Amino acid sequence: MSALTKKHPTGLRVLLLGFLVVWVILAAFPFLWTLWGSFKVEGDFFSKANWANALTGELTRTETGGSFTGDGYHGAWVQEEFWRAALNTFVVCFCVVLISLTCSTLAGYALSRSTYNYAFWLLIAALIFRAMPPITLVSGYLLPFFEWNLWGHISTTVIVLVAINQPFSLWMLTSFFRNIPKDLDESAMVDGCTRFQAFRHVIIPVMWPGVITTGLFSFLLAYNDFAVTAMLLEKENQTMVPKIASFLGTTQTKGNVMFAVAAVVSSTAPIFVMVMFFQRQIVSGLTAGAVKG
Amino acid sequence: MVCAVKHGTFFSFVFPSLLAMTLFIALPVASVVVQSFHAQHDQVIIEVENCGPFGCETTTKIDQEATEALRQDQPLGKFVGLENYTNRGHLATSEIGEAWRTSESMGDFLGELMNLPFYRAIAFTLTFTAIVTPLTIMLGFAIAVAVNASARMLRGPLIFVSLLPFIINPLVGSLVLFWMIDARGILGHALQFLADDPELSVKASTPLMWIMLMVYGIWHAAPFAFVVFYAGLQTVNQDTLEAAMIDGATRWQRVRYVTIPHLMPLVTFVALIQLMDNFRVFEPLVSFSAAAHANSLSYYIYTDLGGETRLLNSAAATSVLTIIGVAILLAPVLVRTWRDHKRA
Repeated sequence: MSALTKKHPTGLRVLLLGFLVVWVILAAFPFLWTLWGSFKVEGDFFSKANWANALTGELTRTETGGSFTGDGYHGAWVQEEFWRAALNTFVVCFCVVLISLTCSTLAGYALSRSTYNYAFWLLIAALIFRAMPPITLVSGYLLPFFEWNLWGHISTTVIVLVAINQPFSLWMLTSFFRNIPKDLDESAMVDGCTRFQAFRHVIIPVMWPGVITTGLFSFLLAYNDFAVTAMLLEKENQTMVPKIASFLGTTQTKGNVMFAVAAVVSSTAPIFVMVMFFQRQIVSGLTAGAVKG
Repeated sequence: MVCAVKHGTFFSFVFPSLLAMTLFIALPVASVVVQSFHAQHDQVIIEVENCGPFGCETTTKIDQEATEALRQDQPLGKFVGLENYTNRGHLATSEIGEAWRTSESMGDFLGELMNLPFYRAIAFTLTFTAIVTPLTIMLGFAIAVAVNASARMLRGPLIFVSLLPFIINPLVGSLVLFWMIDARGILGHALQFLADDPELSVKASTPLMWIMLMVYGIWHAAPFAFVVFYAGLQTVNQDTLEAAMIDGATRWQRVRYVTIPHLMPLVTFVALIQLMDNFRVFEPLVSFSAAAHANSLSYYIYTDLGGETRLLNSAAATSVLTIIGVAILLAPVLVRTWRDHKRA
């Protein structure tokens, strides 16, 4: 019987398959196109004469001799010092994930075990904070940060991103900890452990799946942020995304838009690898909030 | 029986997180509100008496040093009340009154309204939110159904590919799309071919620019809706489906009366997240360099904050208005959560 429910009539099957093919092309083609094009010269990637030049690389061959060129990458990484931005991004993301997870794990555990009203209100406040566009907060930071000389440093940005990360992480980890039976830590406390010891010896060993998933999303938030990093970092401390945005302003006139293309491909590569390894965790994380309703 | 966490213990566990949120979310909101009621000090004008051979005359000039000192001394500026809100850059009360009185038709009035930056931004933001949110949900649902009907071994790779537009950095993702849609890019060429107009350029046309921004928004967010609905489809009660089949329900009726009601809570969830995210639409406007054609609330704040003269007070006023908008958007959800909580 259950096999019967699964079977679709041929017409519907073809329709679904056709739709799926269209979607896969829509989702993947822009990335493949840009990856391919990043090894061409600007005249081919943006071709006035014939769009197919981007595939064959007419001008690339006449300008550089080969069908592929690494000029864009050389220009971005060496000439425009994109490596510095990559390094900054790594530092920012690493610190944000570490600090944010420490704070939100502790808080999420307490929230999941508390029955008081203020725990509920804290989660509601977190929901409201989650809804606020980060750029509105940035306009609150600038004046005090200028006055207290906090502006421009990587450490300031890390702390700000940790704070912006908290609401989401709190919701995710609270719902994760709620699924760990209370009996586990409470039996430890009956045996004479304090709350913190119960957390340390009973909860920490079993919490890693939830923490890793939350960590992935914290990483994505820090990695993908533009509003905060663009406004709060000075030029030397820029991370990758604002650096790419600044390429647009300065290099388009010089005819070096290929630097930006190469930088875009470079900054996307780590995300691809991450999705490949952590697909299951990402999917479970996206649905975690939904299952609760 | 050890049931709840003690107050003290609770507080010490929550403290780091709470401190971060208080210092960098709650206080900045307060700072935004305070800033929105202030404006930079006016330049200090002094009277100088110039005495020459033909007698003395007093002239006024700007005292640069005193101005600088005053601004350094009181960086917050002077209190101006609601002026930041009512000026031309924001609610533009007097301009609207003027337009209302002088314009002959409703279309005329709306045209005048679209010349005011704040209303321009809010018009785009609301249109974007209202169009992208439902279309995202529909596309996401369609992908979920299609993937669910595909062969089991294909689903892993399909989910991988589908996640890409969502997981990608919004600025980068919209740039990739923007380069393709450029008049010299592959999609730009395709559009020119379809419209049979070799001069067609998205950059030059406001309606095309709006459409492209929304296409990007749907492309970016559909995977999220897809993943949530796909997870929901795995838990549809098979017994109910079979019972419906035995009762003679058609395929469509089964989808309509079993699957969709099962997914309804997820639709609410996706809609809530999408409303919040679409209301803050920002990065695609940067990537598309769309300033000439479209403006969003977030982008408006961004342009005020950047640039040579940082218009902090103007940005603060827009921020407060944006936060009020978010609050209105969230109010139904909050009320419902509060009721559920009281009942529980």
